[in-house]
Amino acid sequence: MNKSDFDWKPMALVPLLALIVFPLIGSPSTWLTLTVAGLAMGLIIFVIASGLTLVFGLMDVLNFGHGVFIALGAFVATSVLGGMGDWTGSASLWRNLVAVVPAMLVAMAVAGAVGLAFERFIVRPVYGQHLKQILITMGGMIIGEELIKVVWGPQQIPLPLPEGMRGSILIGDAAIEKYRLIAVVVGLAVFAALAWTLGRTKIGLLIRAGVQDREMVESLGYRIRRLFVGVFVVGSALAGLGGVMWGLYQQTVVPQMGAQVNILIFIVIIIGGLGSTTGALIGALMVGLMANYTGFLAPKVALFSNIALMAAVLLWRPQGVYPVANR
Amino acid sequence: MLNRLLSNDFPRSRVLAVVLVVLMLALAFTPFIFPGVKALNVAAKVLVFVVLVASFDLLLGYTGIVSFAHTMFFGIGAYGIAIATTRLGPTWEALLVGLVGGLGVSFVLALVIGLFSLRVRAIFFAMITLAVASAFLTLASQLSELTGGEDGLTFKVPELLSPSFEFMDAPFLGVTIDGRLLCYYLLFVLALGLLLTLLRIVNSPFGRVLQAIRENEFRAEAIGYRVVVYRTISSILSALFACVAGAMLALWLRYNGPDTSLSFEIMMDVLLIVVIGGMGTMYGAAIGAALFMVAQSYLQDLLRLGSEAASAVPWLSALLSPDRWLLWLGVLFVLSVYYFPTGVVGRLRAQALAAPKKEGGK
Amino acid sequence: MSAARPPEGARHRSPQGEGSPVSANLLELRGVHTHIGAYHILHGVDLQVPRGQVSLLLGRNGAGKTTTLRTIMGLWRASQGTLSFDGRDITALATPQIAGLNIAYVPENMGIFSDLTVQENMLLAARGAARASQMDTQRLAWIFSLFPAVEKFWNHPAGKLSGGQKQMLAVARAIVEPRELLIVDEPSKGLAPAIINNMIDAFSQLKASGVTILLVEQNIHFAKRVGDSVAVMDNGRVVHAGSMQALSADPQLQHALLGLAI
Repeated sequence: MNKSDFDWKPMALVPLLALIVFPLIGSPSTWLTLTVAGLAMGLIIFVIASGLTLVFGLMDVLNFGHGVFIALGAFVATSVLGGMGDWTGSASLWRNLVAVVPAMLVAMAVAGAVGLAFERFIVRPVYGQHLKQILITMGGMIIGEELIKVVWGPQQIPLPLPEGMRGSILIGDAAIEKYRLIAVVVGLAVFAALAWTLGRTKIGLLIRAGVQDREMVESLGYRIRRLFVGVFVVGSALAGLGGVMWGLYQQTVVPQMGAQVNILIFIVIIIGGLGSTTGALIGALMVGLMANYTGFLAPKVALFSNIALMAAVLLWRPQGVYPVANR
Repeated sequence: MLNRLLSNDFPRSRVLAVVLVVLMLALAFTPFIFPGVKALNVAAKVLVFVVLVASFDLLLGYTGIVSFAHTMFFGIGAYGIAIATTRLGPTWEALLVGLVGGLGVSFVLALVIGLFSLRVRAIFFAMITLAVASAFLTLASQLSELTGGEDGLTFKVPELLSPSFEFMDAPFLGVTIDGRLLCYYLLFVLALGLLLTLLRIVNSPFGRVLQAIRENEFRAEAIGYRVVVYRTISSILSALFACVAGAMLALWLRYNGPDTSLSFEIMMDVLLIVVIGGMGTMYGAAIGAALFMVAQSYLQDLLRLGSEAASAVPWLSALLSPDRWLLWLGVLFVLSVYYFPTGVVGRLRAQALAAPKKEGGK
Repeated sequence: MSAARPPEGARHRSPQGEGSPVSANLLELRGVHTHIGAYHILHGVDLQVPRGQVSLLLGRNGAGKTTTLRTIMGLWRASQGTLSFDGRDITALATPQIAGLNIAYVPENMGIFSDLTVQENMLLAARGAARASQMDTQRLAWIFSLFPAVEKFWNHPAGKLSGGQKQMLAVARAIVEPRELLIVDEPSKGLAPAIINNMIDAFSQLKASGVTILLVEQNIHFAKRVGDSVAVMDNGRVVHAGSMQALSADPQLQHALLGLAI
């Protein structure tokens, strides 16, 4: 078995960043807390970004409106969790999960359904026309945001963590929030599921091939348009899941949250390379870590630090860390 | 002479020409035709946006560059005036300093962004400008000592332009001639002049090269035009005009804050106007801005009526609420991109071409 | 030189009506025009590809050969004219549907997915297999005998293969399952002479098992060794069609059509 020499350099960036920052932070316990927070945030962002990068890689579609699914997922969660007070009020983690897991599933279903409509009515008519895609998907996001305001109202809504997920665990001197650990677990689970699907199933094979050379996949007899709709819907559902997780992370949701997280996601997939899930993971982890480290060290420059990170990566590799071949 | 004024870029459609003339006259005589503060405010906004959108059209419609950082330059122009008059007092010198300062910063930033677009693909570039604009907005909110933070800066303008200055004692044609009116006409002259200048630019040899690059960059490079240079110059010019538009806005409002000039909504408004008006036409900016501002101001009233009429059906009433005007604008936007890809101007011109010639043969 | 034949598997035969004659031509183009944007590339192409034979499409660069192949596969839509396969009109079909009729296409750039392994490339082409284990092992053995490189680099990323090896993989992929019609754009491009023999061997064996083959070629020597019938294109039209034998025997005609002698 002789796999290619895998390009490991980008993977080293994440531990590298964590190590570089260590002397700046000083205390190991603070470093640990920040790193876990960063990884958690990064994995949530990854969940959201993975769908977007696949959609672009596979069908060359720029969805500037991906944020609408994030907001939708978060708001749906507020409704579901709002109605399950006795489950979320309990201090038992398992009882909390009985509320949270369905909230996630419902959010994913709603986001996926809206994604189906979004693809059909907003995206499909403008295949192949990048400028129109940018304009229309932004228009779609605005419409979505306004519709959310119609249904849930324009003000921010709290999304408190269930009782059993609050608080921290102590590891040595470091206080690590329970929810952050849960987010890491969920994020890793999503990554594992994506990696397995992409690497071990025929559909995953089709997606990976389609990202490289769509025409050839069609010439081999596969209706790649249908596959695309599927990927778009799954991507939207994942964004919805990410929205729930993000909402719980911030403990509050606003209709504009889609637009806000959009920027971060774009930075992530630019760093990662359009079309690469592994790249998106690396980008997301770095962005998450960066946001938390700078939040501690120099809060005023938080957003700039991510842009600086993106600029630095682009100077090294103008197409992102894992550019997809044949493009 | 009309030839030279319009740089040979005629409306090419009788209907369009009429509409443009009517628009210009309406704007020129707004204080007299449409009495009241609100109408004047709407007209002033139209003037500002004509310049802002026309400068964006230079970048998008003529050069083919998608950039979301345009409002950044708008904001720089507005803050330039605001900060200068706050620091240096309401004098003409302060205005000059503010304007020149704003132009300088815009120049440098546009240069950097233009050169950076070298390294990356167009899609990346669009996303990056989005991120940069967002960062700038945050910056403006955070540097509160300089920019007044979230609250913004309220300032005075030179006496000549302020409302308290009475030019003539008795009202003329029913309208008080005060500094506000003067300010309005200053904006009018500026808007007209800048629009004509932009027409001159896009119809010059430089403008033609831009269009060639937009159509087929590879070929343009092969013929010998250094695409990078042209794009960068176009970015800089576009930024400079946007900066002046920002200065105009600040001058009129005598206030500037992050939401006034840097918000994402403004970027969307610009996009909407340029699409509805017609990309790559310049005139589209004028017509689109007028249509948009009027709609924005009066649409809300219309929606209010509709919402009250539908109060029996709660969800319909909520959809028609005047606060949700952006929803309908968004729908209009999406529909325009599909069915109206060439915008109002494009449509009118196409109709003019398709209409049979009345006299003369083929 | 192996004398193996492809394994007898079930081969798809499209249903023919009772008593209707099986046409001699598997693929037929009539008056096909193709526009690419503003450019009018094919100016009324008439092409017959006889069943069970190896047909060659020759011509100078820019004559429209690749465009013809792409139009057949539906990658470009014919603006005029008809294309029929096995008696069935395929002019308006989408590319996946055309491929689904068991037409395999190997484009000029080979269409290899470089990030995927050789095995994954083959699996992708095997529409009937959901997993590698479900691919026809007998057939694979036959393919390995024709193209040893495919077996040697089975688990390697296809991007690591040399140009010639990629070419072999591309053809191997096209025949991983039984096909009716094999369309290959420049099969001998970049191949060392020794490997060309493998390619010719493969085509002979495929032809022997009843597969119809349409090749576009620049290498006239290769064309002469494999071809049964030949069509020559110039300026978006077929200007000569006939048997390869007849063309080989007529140097003057060769010179007139192709500017050189075979």
